Amino acid sequence: MITAGIDMGSKTIKVVILKDGEIIGKSIELAGFESREAAEKAFAGALEAAGIAQGDIEKTTATGAGRKNAPYTEHEVTEVGSDARGVRELYPNARTVLDVGAEEGRAIRTTDEGKVLDFALNEKCAAGAGAFTESMSRALEVPIEELGPLSLQSDASIPMNAQCAVFAESEVVTLVHAKTPKQDIARAVHDAIASRIVSLARKVGFEPDVVLIGGVAYNTGFVDSLERALETKIIIPEDPEFVGAYGAAIIAAEGL
Amino acid sequence: MSTKALYKTEPLKLWGKAKELRQNYYRDYAEAHEKGGIRWAGGAWTLGALTAGLGDDVHCITSEPYAASIAADKKFSMRCLEATEKAGYARDLCSYMRNYWGSIILNEYAFGGPFPKPDFLWQDHICCSHSKWYQVVSDLEGGIPYFSIDVSVGPYENIKGLNDPKIDYLVGQMHDGIEWLEKTTGRTYDDEKLIKAVNDECRGTSAWADVCALNKAIPAPLEEKTMYSLYVLGTLMKHYQVCADFYEELRDEVQYRVDNQIAAIANEQCRLMSDTQPPWGFLSLFRYLEQFGAISVGSLYTFGLIGIWEVKPDGTWGGRTTPEQAGIEIKDRDHALRIYADWNLSKPEWQHFYSPHLKTEMMIRIAKEWKLDGVMLHYNRGCEGLSIGIAENRLGLIEAGYPVMTYEGNMGDEREFDLTKTMARVDAFMETLGYKK
Repeated sequence: MITAGIDMGSKTIKVVILKDGEIIGKSIELAGFESREAAEKAFAGALEAAGIAQGDIEKTTATGAGRKNAPYTEHEVTEVGSDARGVRELYPNARTVLDVGAEEGRAIRTTDEGKVLDFALNEKCAAGAGAFTESMSRALEVPIEELGPLSLQSDASIPMNAQCAVFAESEVVTLVHAKTPKQDIARAVHDAIASRIVSLARKVGFEPDVVLIGGVAYNTGFVDSLERALETKIIIPEDPEFVGAYGAAIIAAEGL
Repeated sequence: MSTKALYKTEPLKLWGKAKELRQNYYRDYAEAHEKGGIRWAGGAWTLGALTAGLGDDVHCITSEPYAASIAADKKFSMRCLEATEKAGYARDLCSYMRNYWGSIILNEYAFGGPFPKPDFLWQDHICCSHSKWYQVVSDLEGGIPYFSIDVSVGPYENIKGLNDPKIDYLVGQMHDGIEWLEKTTGRTYDDEKLIKAVNDECRGTSAWADVCALNKAIPAPLEEKTMYSLYVLGTLMKHYQVCADFYEELRDEVQYRVDNQIAAIANEQCRLMSDTQPPWGFLSLFRYLEQFGAISVGSLYTFGLIGIWEVKPDGTWGGRTTPEQAGIEIKDRDHALRIYADWNLSKPEWQHFYSPHLKTEMMIRIAKEWKLDGVMLHYNRGCEGLSIGIAENRLGLIEAGYPVMTYEGNMGDEREFDLTKTMARVDAFMETLGYKK
């Protein structure tokens, strides 16, 4: 049985293809302005990796903010549902899922049976999502992939008070002018975004095991800040940004 | 499938009449001066029956529902909000207040023509925004006479009997208020008209509670979007005879719907309640719920802002027994004011200004008696008064076993609400509850 899951995220589109429960292909593309074309490209990439044709896929489930625009799809599931299902498969002992993507941060609490008990999402403000760190990396003139390692060099604690990404950038500029070392500012940025995510986690009443997924899970500085704030070790899957698509592919298989 | 019709449904017969009463209300207020009448303005919670003693040609405009009407008209609302901000008022103040002030500043009435300037302002201090609201209105309108009654006497459960000092505190202010009304308008006060208005308000607000109680039935005869258009009459004119008569007529029709299993939505499968004012420009959110077979059967806000309730002998909530039903004949002004103070202070929505726990208790009662599957809470940035403690209510509801979805928004400022994201939350909430489109 071959199924596919497609995660139509706001910044990237991820496709995972499963054969009898095993991942045989996956691909990621920037969503851009033409998300459907990007999705088709991501699909083609995953098919090529799997060495199969589109016609071999029995069912596809879409998730993500743009899921209504997904190609080749018979079924939809929300990000909350696909995240929870994907993490459940990877880590059966997980009870809290934190997903920090480009535009949205979310916390999901699950029962022992894997059912979603509660969830919380960040609001309109980007201060709880990856877009916030990207904005701050621009302000610091540090490539986004270097922001995490840079912040790990710091042990300073500088509070950033602004809830809003725009005002936070203003705070960063102030710190830059105050000759604050870049590594300290980088850590302050990660502490700030972590505090937003911790707020969501506490809202759903987090309990271990805690699994972090989404593209921001690659940011080691953010993970460090999050672990300090939650005072718990966080599990990060091998491909954290693919877990939503993986969950969607499992749900597709379960629907057959 | 959630779209499958499980119950029969039909439009509410009294819908047109409700609409007509509302239109007449705003027209009569605007045209009052042409007929030699008096206009006054105040909040929806104000002790309006006291103004009835001035005569039958006294017309009011209540601020919150008027502002909600503005909010439903997004273009006009935006102009009102911007006019208020341009005048120097902060954007994080009560959005009803900002819409209302904007209408005055622009001198545009939401129902056409210039804003009809009231002759006096008659208010009560239910929250910090209401305390200042009409002080600013008076200033904006060049110094309109303004009287306000302080109602902050604590929750009703602490009031024991009619001789309680808390009742005296209100009654004393109301006596002063009547003297002020006579002096301000130059009219002679008629206590018989006051007594009639008090009885009418008790009759109407109890009947509205009865209407809401009928929504315990499965299928629910009313859904909340419709209820907003019905309860609004109480927020506009709860002391008018026409309002009390309407709610009694409505109670009969809703009882008929219950007896004949006429549903508000044909595919009812999931029963929810909301809380606080909705984002008025986006009531389509409630229609979206219906795609999942979900219905919002009401809220403490819809039930308890106007409805006056009591615990019935079987332990359930129902409309409070009116003085007339209890065989009490109001003898004089003081007697009327005492009954009126006691009646209004028992309003459910007043209680949670004092403690979120009182609100949680009432919400859990509703969740149980109205047989709910979940709760949808609006973290309403536009109203500090009704949103205070709402996160505490969420915890209480979850502890009681009710799934809760929250969304941020604003009842009267569309810039603080995101319909698409909120619908995405509904998708996730419905999915967790096991309902599909």
